[in-house]
Amino acid sequence: MSDETNAPVDRFDIAIIGAGPAGMAAAITATGLGASVVVLDEQRAVGGQIYRAVTTAPARRLDMLGPDYAAGKLLAERFGSCGALHVGDAAVWQVVPDGTVHYLRGGKTATLKADRVIVCSGAMERPFPIPGWTLPGVLTAGAAQILLKSADVVPAEPVVLAGCGPLLYLLGWQYVRAGVPIRALVDTTSMDNYKRAIPHLGGALAGWRYLQKGLALMRVLKRAGVPFFTGAEALAAEGDAAGDAVQALNFKVGGKAHRIETSTLLLHHGVVPNTQFTWSLRAAHRWDDMQLCWQPETDIWGALSIPVVSLAGDGMGIGGAVASALQGELAALGALHSLGRITEAERDTRAAPARAALRSNLRIRPFLDALYRPKKANRVPADDVIVCRCEEVTAGAIREFVKLGCHGPNQAKAFGRCGMGPCQGRLCGLTVTEVIADARGVAPAEVGYYRIRPPIKPVSLGELAGHIANA
Amino acid sequence: MPTETRPLFRALAPPDGPTVALMFDGRPLRAPAGISVAAALLASGISMFRTTPVSGAARAPFCMMGACFDCLVEIDGVPNRQSCLTAVANGMKIRTQQGLRSFDLPELTDTKVDHVG
Repeated sequence: MSDETNAPVDRFDIAIIGAGPAGMAAAITATGLGASVVVLDEQRAVGGQIYRAVTTAPARRLDMLGPDYAAGKLLAERFGSCGALHVGDAAVWQVVPDGTVHYLRGGKTATLKADRVIVCSGAMERPFPIPGWTLPGVLTAGAAQILLKSADVVPAEPVVLAGCGPLLYLLGWQYVRAGVPIRALVDTTSMDNYKRAIPHLGGALAGWRYLQKGLALMRVLKRAGVPFFTGAEALAAEGDAAGDAVQALNFKVGGKAHRIETSTLLLHHGVVPNTQFTWSLRAAHRWDDMQLCWQPETDIWGALSIPVVSLAGDGMGIGGAVASALQGELAALGALHSLGRITEAERDTRAAPARAALRSNLRIRPFLDALYRPKKANRVPADDVIVCRCEEVTAGAIREFVKLGCHGPNQAKAFGRCGMGPCQGRLCGLTVTEVIADARGVAPAEVGYYRIRPPIKPVSLGELAGHIANA
Repeated sequence: MPTETRPLFRALAPPDGPTVALMFDGRPLRAPAGISVAAALLASGISMFRTTPVSGAARAPFCMMGACFDCLVEIDGVPNRQSCLTAVANGMKIRTQQGLRSFDLPELTDTKVDHVG
């Protein structure tokens, strides 16, 4: 990217934000039909979080992480030879609904312009606010998996996995294969979840296969001697005397209190769409009661309620890696049609197989959403629990704001800096919406979300000044 | 200075490729080339990356994917760098971040700088 004054801005037919499965698949489809494509990603290498470091993983690690991860290698190879320009280490801090994309790379800001933008910002872990979740040594299961995938780094001492959802069991399975000792798996799923979930399974063969795969993971964990606790409640991470690190997980099962010592506690109760871009674009969102999160409103091609920008992948609602790649394909076809590159008939013909595959792939979701529905107590915590990690605002403080007339997350900022730290509400937004909705006795949709403003990644004044000087 | 706590993480195996030399709070470390600063510090047994501006509580990486900002450290003199998104480089000097950032204004050393986050 040029630093010269009045340098022309790089132009592309399609700019894709995010090089995970959705972004890579969108790029392969779009370049295959002759479009010029740039893919920007915050990581140096492609893969997103799910296929993190897949292009450089040695055979030993591919084997340890399992076939679903290794499948990403093929997609990454097809992406590598598709002709799209991949710009890694690029933190996009603003997308404008006219196709302008501002990003930061190597301490310098740069701008490019595209006729269509496809945001593939993926998922992030659902906030899991329990007492002590800010202590060093408490991480998300996804974080621990990234350490394993990208750096062969594992817990130093026997680890405790707590919560629910496929990622938690998969990580446990991967740790068993890597020879990492697991002190306990503390599962928040209860029998009620199973009762509610089974009707959603229906007759779909794919669903039963998926369930079998999950049970196989569990069997490996049990055979390895990992102690299981199911239906766990009242989870609390206990810090050491100085409060400098976690030293135990406390919880209850059927009213009985348990305490398990550990120096690493990995939490997980599902992933949610990363909606930072779509909120910053003022696109319309709706609250999804099944997945308990905000989902941007799109048409069947992923186009948002605002011009020029489309969406693909888990940022639309959680569907997983395979569904994300299919959504990427569909978003690319939609974008190519809106650019006049393909006719409506060609778009629809090419989309048909992806759409059928997507339907079949998503059939299992209602079952998973019901089975691993996070408990209310783990989403709407007690008064003393920190909700906003950056500004250390507790659930009790937010409830006080409500008593004083605070109606939604955005006002909570003014009442007590909630959501105003460096993470810009990423780690507290969903909790704040639900805590306020609960305190007011209204639906989350009525309470709304933070008003997210660009820059959505931190840009220093110096970097911004350089940007303006070069503009 | 941060207190010493138990290591949280370790490397699964000794590095089989090239390594780089880092300095963390004046202490020399080695890390495999290509991994993130956060992964390198965790693998070296470091369990405190910063203290918070509000209460001074200790923090270490939580999400490892650029969302939580708990892994902020100073790298080569630049504060507030997300160590989970920054790759290690030979000769890198890393420092923990203690509480609030202070501005480098020698003539105003008596002035308390309010939170500007």
